[in-house]
Amino acid sequence: MIDLTHRSAAECLLRLHDERLEIEGFQKGVPRWCAGCGDNAVLTAAQRLLRDEGLRPEKTVFVSGIGCSSRFPHYMNTYGFHGIHGRALPVAEGIRVARPDLNVFVNTGDGDSFSIGAAHWIHAIRYNMRMVVMVHDNQIYGLTKKQASPTSPRGTRSNTTPRGSYLEGLNPLTVTLGVQNVSFVAQAVDWIPEMLYDILQAAFHHDGLSFIRIVQRCPEWMPDNFDRYLHDPSRVQLLHHPSSLSISSSLASLYPSHLEHDPSDIHRAREIASSTDPIPVGILYHDPTVPRYDEIIRSEATHSSASVRRLLDSEFDKFAVTGGGLGD
Amino acid sequence: MTTVQSTKPDDRADTGERKVVTLSEHVVEIISDSGEGAQRCGQSLGAIAARTGNGVWTVEIIPAEIQPPARSVAGASGNRVRLGSGPITNGGDEADLVVAFNEQVLLGRVHARELKPGCTILLEDMWRDHRDTRIAASYAETYDLLVAAGYRIIEVPMERECRKLVSDPRRGKNMYALGMLCAIYQFDLDLARDQVALTFRKKSQKLIDTNVTLLTAGYEWALANLDLAFHVPAAPADERQVVTNGNMALALGVVASGMEICAMYPITPATSASHYLSEIFPKVGGVVHQAEDEIAAATFAIGASYSGKCAVTITSGPGYSLKQEAIGLAVMAEIPLVVVNVQRGGPSTGQPTKVEQGDLLTSIFGSHGDAPKVVIAASSIEDCFYSIITARRIAETFNMVVVVLSDASLATAQQPYRRPEFDPAWLAPPVDQSHVPEGLEPYAWDETTGLSRRFTPGQPGGMYTLTGLAHDTAGRVAYDPDANEQGLHARSLKLAALQKTLKAPQVHGDETGDLLVIGWGGTRGAIEEAVDRLRADGRAVSSLHLRFLNPLPPGLKEIMAGFDQVMTVEANWADRLDDPIIDETNRRYSALAMLLRSRYLVDIDTWSEVGGQPIKPGRVQRAIQRKLDRR
Ligand SMILES: Cc1ncc(C[n+]2csc(CCOP(=O)(O)OP(=O)(O)O)c2C)c(N)n1
Ligand code: SF4
Ligand SMILES: [Mg+2]
Repeated sequence: MIDLTHRSAAECLLRLHDERLEIEGFQKGVPRWCAGCGDNAVLTAAQRLLRDEGLRPEKTVFVSGIGCSSRFPHYMNTYGFHGIHGRALPVAEGIRVARPDLNVFVNTGDGDSFSIGAAHWIHAIRYNMRMVVMVHDNQIYGLTKKQASPTSPRGTRSNTTPRGSYLEGLNPLTVTLGVQNVSFVAQAVDWIPEMLYDILQAAFHHDGLSFIRIVQRCPEWMPDNFDRYLHDPSRVQLLHHPSSLSISSSLASLYPSHLEHDPSDIHRAREIASSTDPIPVGILYHDPTVPRYDEIIRSEATHSSASVRRLLDSEFDKFAVTGGGLGD
Repeated sequence: MTTVQSTKPDDRADTGERKVVTLSEHVVEIISDSGEGAQRCGQSLGAIAARTGNGVWTVEIIPAEIQPPARSVAGASGNRVRLGSGPITNGGDEADLVVAFNEQVLLGRVHARELKPGCTILLEDMWRDHRDTRIAASYAETYDLLVAAGYRIIEVPMERECRKLVSDPRRGKNMYALGMLCAIYQFDLDLARDQVALTFRKKSQKLIDTNVTLLTAGYEWALANLDLAFHVPAAPADERQVVTNGNMALALGVVASGMEICAMYPITPATSASHYLSEIFPKVGGVVHQAEDEIAAATFAIGASYSGKCAVTITSGPGYSLKQEAIGLAVMAEIPLVVVNVQRGGPSTGQPTKVEQGDLLTSIFGSHGDAPKVVIAASSIEDCFYSIITARRIAETFNMVVVVLSDASLATAQQPYRRPEFDPAWLAPPVDQSHVPEGLEPYAWDETTGLSRRFTPGQPGGMYTLTGLAHDTAGRVAYDPDANEQGLHARSLKLAALQKTLKAPQVHGDETGDLLVIGWGGTRGAIEEAVDRLRADGRAVSSLHLRFLNPLPPGLKEIMAGFDQVMTVEANWADRLDDPIIDETNRRYSALAMLLRSRYLVDIDTWSEVGGQPIKPGRVQRAIQRKLDRR
């Protein structure tokens, strides 16, 4: 509840006007990402979303871990939590459970979520708490200057794998789709901002955890990484469905490969997810009925001085030396 | 020690007259294979004694494995009950009386040196004629050995007597034993029956009736057949009391502190606190989140605290190690957080169920860099309750991490204590959602105290990005060295500011003398009892028990100056000076001794024990005596 006593009448009047902020209202500082870094596109999409949805900046929290992408909250004029490497999700879960009234967003990198934070990723999907999770997947460790990440394609030359990385890259989509309670999985690419925005918006309206893998360019360390998709748009496959996203005609003409996909079909979603060429872009899976752990664990009882007193009294009665005994 | 040959009670004519021996205190152990219910027998006996008005302390005897093989030396499971005329603050020295369900678990306690030489043992005799000749032989051999060693063994046909009443005495023998003990200690049978009904209140009436029948049978058998009769006069407390173990007190403290969120990952011996909390917390809208690991538990709690609801995470050694990076984040970003560490033996997996005070220094200095945090240690069951309330309040007042140390002995020990009277002031204030005043910065550190006002999501005008990176007063990443130094300065000052609010601790005994013994945590009862015994002998020794370990309270230097010598007594490792390569240049002191030596430049000695058992007053007494005699 907002304490009105701290607000002057003038402020209240002012607020009537600024109830819906312009995009500048959500911007803060000058991003320190490299020129051409895909993170910029994600930032713009998020700022647009907040404007269009009329979210209050003070009611919104962006949580991140550590990495280039995790700098994200610093550039949002909302509350931000730039925590420690790999742990953005449990922090966001704590916020979500403590404060159901806040809008919670998570920005994390491929190393942050699929390597050091892998346990949290799997369990966050399972908990299905309401939040939007954006994984900026540049298939490399950006901040620490080019080491292979779990999603680096096999053969990626990096500072720790100078002769090429040894293993096949992990497919975060198929893994996520294999987790019980998964409720929203999408893939976006930073270079199609229109789809990125539409996906983000759908994710925001989903009543559960929305997992978006954003294929993100890192011109600094992986300059040609996604060239095959950029040079040949037919290798990007846009997903659409009447129950889900539609594709604008301009987009449709730029990207000739389309696939009608019903996101309630998890088996088909898993098939599509396993394709890396063409790369699917759109909503792969959506089930709005999956229960949310943040709602399940919330108890009916209210926290108050009276309820605490009542509980302590009844417990101490149970363990009273005169009328009770040792706890068993 | 006199050897008292036992007579087979069955064959013995009832002498009719029982001589009642009056005692000021007594220690009894009930031990069995796990699953035979000795623990419940002991707990119930403790409850009956407490309700009678005796001082009580119970200690769980826990086998190292979940399912140890039956009849094994390592499998002793049960309870020690120390009862006294006045308040009892610890588990005492060796046991005076033992009820054992087989000779192997009995041997386990003998090997652990937990039994008083020559003490009386009531031993289940079903093994003597066991059809497995090896078992029968082992029984006879052990029996002879112990009798030869001077123990007074009374063989008791518990199995045979119970079989007259129930088909499977494995379930129920414990209540028969309880009946015998109630007769031996002159407890009121009706009170005992009432306690049995209460103990099994969640079970069927039929089961309660059976247990009451067994209790009564044991009681009557003992009256008719045993010449043991003790009376520990009781002086009912003139205050309302409750009895819980330390972990339950911690959980009740969480409720009383007004916290609403606990994030944890199961680990012995901390888990039972969360078990109990899970049972009661929903009644006040609270949540216990069992996270995927301790890192998630700590960061989840941090997320909750950051968004306005100070949270607690409860763990033990290995889990505490995993939380270190998260604790550093909370320190750096000044997020209030209560971390409970119910210590066990370490390092690594160490001794999960055993008693040790090994985590003091890691609590104070843990996490990389300079990470000042508050550390307090509970020294009794009651203190477990109040420590959490204090911790929450300090955490939110100073925006700091507060570590509450308990240990495996407090976790499961039970003791009556004054029933807490709830005070609404214990609760956290409501989440601040007021407009942040124009121009105020999230880390507007006060120059004197280092304090700043915390901004909480939802507060208009307060939007900032919290970061674990070094930051300036506005919360912006600090690239210049001055801002970093300013942050370090402010976070350090908060400890000093807290220290200024603390009172000097009370000396137990005279304020001057030959020796001051300093302790912390769960050893309080044993240390003070040892000091009392020596003072009764005319020795000039006093003790001091520290609740605040970081910051240390004021006045310690002045207190120590009143004594010729100072030593700490602790349950953690210290090098022994009689080791050939150990001398003053390389000796590693116990944790508190090391702290005090470095802070006060006083030559403080240390005596410590890491046997995994609660430190016994008798052992402390002898250690102090040796120290005094060496002068
Ligand atoms: C516990 C810990 N280990 C290692 C690091 C160093 N580190 C910081 S970011 C990072 C990897 C970042 O990669 P990614 O998550 O893919 O983010 P990107 O920079 O690519 O956006 C590493 C290893 C750290 N900060 N903390
Ligand atoms: S290193 Fe890569 S990921 Fe990091 S800011 Fe530069 S382009 Fe972006
Ligand atoms: Mg990356």
